[in-house]
Amino acid sequence: MSTWLLLTITGLGLGAMYFLIASGLSLIYGLMGVLNFAHGAFITVGAYASWWTEAHLFSGVHSITLRFLLAALMGLLVGGVFAALVELILIRPLYNRHIEQVLVTVGLSIAFVALVQGIWGPDPQAFAVPPWLHETTTIAGAHIPNDRWIEIGTAAAVLGLLQLFLRRTRYGLIIRAGVENRAMVQALGIDVRKAFTLVFAIGGIAAAVAGVLSGVYFNVVGPDQGTSLLIFAFIVVVIGGLGSIGGSAAAAVVVALTQQYTNYYASAGVGDMVVVLLLGLVLLARPRGLAGAVVGARA
Amino acid sequence: MKRRQLLSDWLVPLAVFAVLAIVPELHFSIPKLFDQPISSPGTLQLLAACVLFGGLALTYDIQFGYTGLLSFGHALYIAVGVYLSNIAITDWHWNFWVAILFTMGVAFVLANVLGFVSLRVGGIAFAMVTLAFAQAGAVLALKDPHHWTHGEEGLGADYTRLPHVFVGIFNTKNLYWLALGFLVVVFFTVRWAVESSPGRVWQAIRENELRVEVLGMRPHLYKLQAFVLSSTLAAGGGIVYMLLYNGSTLGVTAPNFTLALLLMVVIGGAGSRWGAVLGGILYTYLNDRLVSVGSSSTVDGLPHALRIPLSQPLFLLGVIFILIVFFLPGGLAGIVVRGRPSGLRRLQEAVRPEPSLTAPQEDA
Repeated sequence: MSTWLLLTITGLGLGAMYFLIASGLSLIYGLMGVLNFAHGAFITVGAYASWWTEAHLFSGVHSITLRFLLAALMGLLVGGVFAALVELILIRPLYNRHIEQVLVTVGLSIAFVALVQGIWGPDPQAFAVPPWLHETTTIAGAHIPNDRWIEIGTAAAVLGLLQLFLRRTRYGLIIRAGVENRAMVQALGIDVRKAFTLVFAIGGIAAAVAGVLSGVYFNVVGPDQGTSLLIFAFIVVVIGGLGSIGGSAAAAVVVALTQQYTNYYASAGVGDMVVVLLLGLVLLARPRGLAGAVVGARA
Repeated sequence: MKRRQLLSDWLVPLAVFAVLAIVPELHFSIPKLFDQPISSPGTLQLLAACVLFGGLALTYDIQFGYTGLLSFGHALYIAVGVYLSNIAITDWHWNFWVAILFTMGVAFVLANVLGFVSLRVGGIAFAMVTLAFAQAGAVLALKDPHHWTHGEEGLGADYTRLPHVFVGIFNTKNLYWLALGFLVVVFFTVRWAVESSPGRVWQAIRENELRVEVLGMRPHLYKLQAFVLSSTLAAGGGIVYMLLYNGSTLGVTAPNFTLALLLMVVIGGAGSRWGAVLGGILYTYLNDRLVSVGSSSTVDGLPHALRIPLSQPLFLLGVIFILIVFFLPGGLAGIVVRGRPSGLRRLQEAVRPEPSLTAPQEDA
């Protein structure tokens, strides 16, 4: 029972990161039809920006908790600005040329990982976090590391904020309408391109949150950490249905829990295979994903 | 057959391949381009890798450039060639030729099964599904449940069971000829396939899949054909790779391996035979040589901010790739072929979110 609880909470912590990455990917794809391979770079930017500022910019701050929070906020800021710049400089000039947009993000992800390796070396860097994050809380006999709660709580907060933003604000309305039918939004005289930069910035911030959290989860930040998380986030996006935030959240939980349980109860690595199998099954049964509103797929 | 076509389809390729075939007999050295004389094993090994990747890039181009299928999992089939042949020879002690036949057979069946499933979806979803399947293969090779692949250590080939002509440093030139032979086979297979009537359907699917469907054909079967041909040839290339590098390592299973092929094809020119081959050769050469440029004394003298990017070949190749996507969508081959849309310009349908009956617009 206690093992099961630990697995579940850890799985939810992993699912939280998948969701944070997948939500941005899903919004960007839903609105713009761009599969953003550079999302892995956004994760890395967020992780490295908070790691670097924590060690250099905020080294004078005495309380480690405060230092960590400041560094994390800095990571989000840099992640969001970086993502918005990527949209403005690299994606916008290729408006409506989908294949070029995808390829540019592929090139960016490769060049960026290489650049990070060139500057800080290929080895992961130790990421200092407040010690209480690594203490455990005992619930029903299970010793659960505290950082799992932070991961789950953050993802839940981001999900809530995103839903609030999408349902209650004017820009949220434009984004939702754009996902539904972009041509119609344009025909109504709304400049949908501002929304493009916006979703990139939102996606970048969410990915940077995932980057910081992955630093907490793994204790280190590494140049290709983002890429390996990205693959499972892709699977989450497809299973959840492209363009649907709620679908992404549900799929993230399903994928991460499946992965955790099978990796533990069967053997390590089986969980990753089962997730892929799950993807195959979902595609065979429902080629549009579990909640797919907008898809690049035809059966 | 028109004289021009005879020239471009047979005489020019044969002449180029003949020139490439005598390379191991050239005993002089080219300073700057290569550290050692051309006929030295070190240089020949690099050249063999170049022509091998020329061929592998061309197998990827069958799906991507000719059929408009953006796969992120091509590495899986190369890895099947690299690993399965080696496992059969080294772990199971099979006869070399039986192992080769078995590997090709497995690759063919696997391509049919996985292709059938993944082609149920199109565009970006197809890209992600192929990526996921390749990832499953990578996990399998890494975790090594049956102690066949030896995980991160890699599996060195049992050289006593390989044909002697491919073993040892003095036989590097035979490996070079083997890689060149692979390139020649792929090159003429692709020429034959894309000019055949199914091949014309592939290109029609690339231009506009819905129209092909409206004409009463079933795009799914034709796409599967292209996928299977491309993947099976790739597995053959994987066997050559295993022989060239004397074993199997996890690098071939990584998602970045497929992305590298994508970079090669786009840099050279998608949907162009010479383009893909040239892209594969250039990429492999630069990836190898830029490392030594990065550590050379000229670069050492540069300020820190310039030295770091220059010491990372993948950074430079990634930037070159982005520049080509922006300014030269036909790739290097597009410089020669002017006037009609080439390369990426013809691939807009590949990831278009919603299919349309109208022709893709040139510029929005």
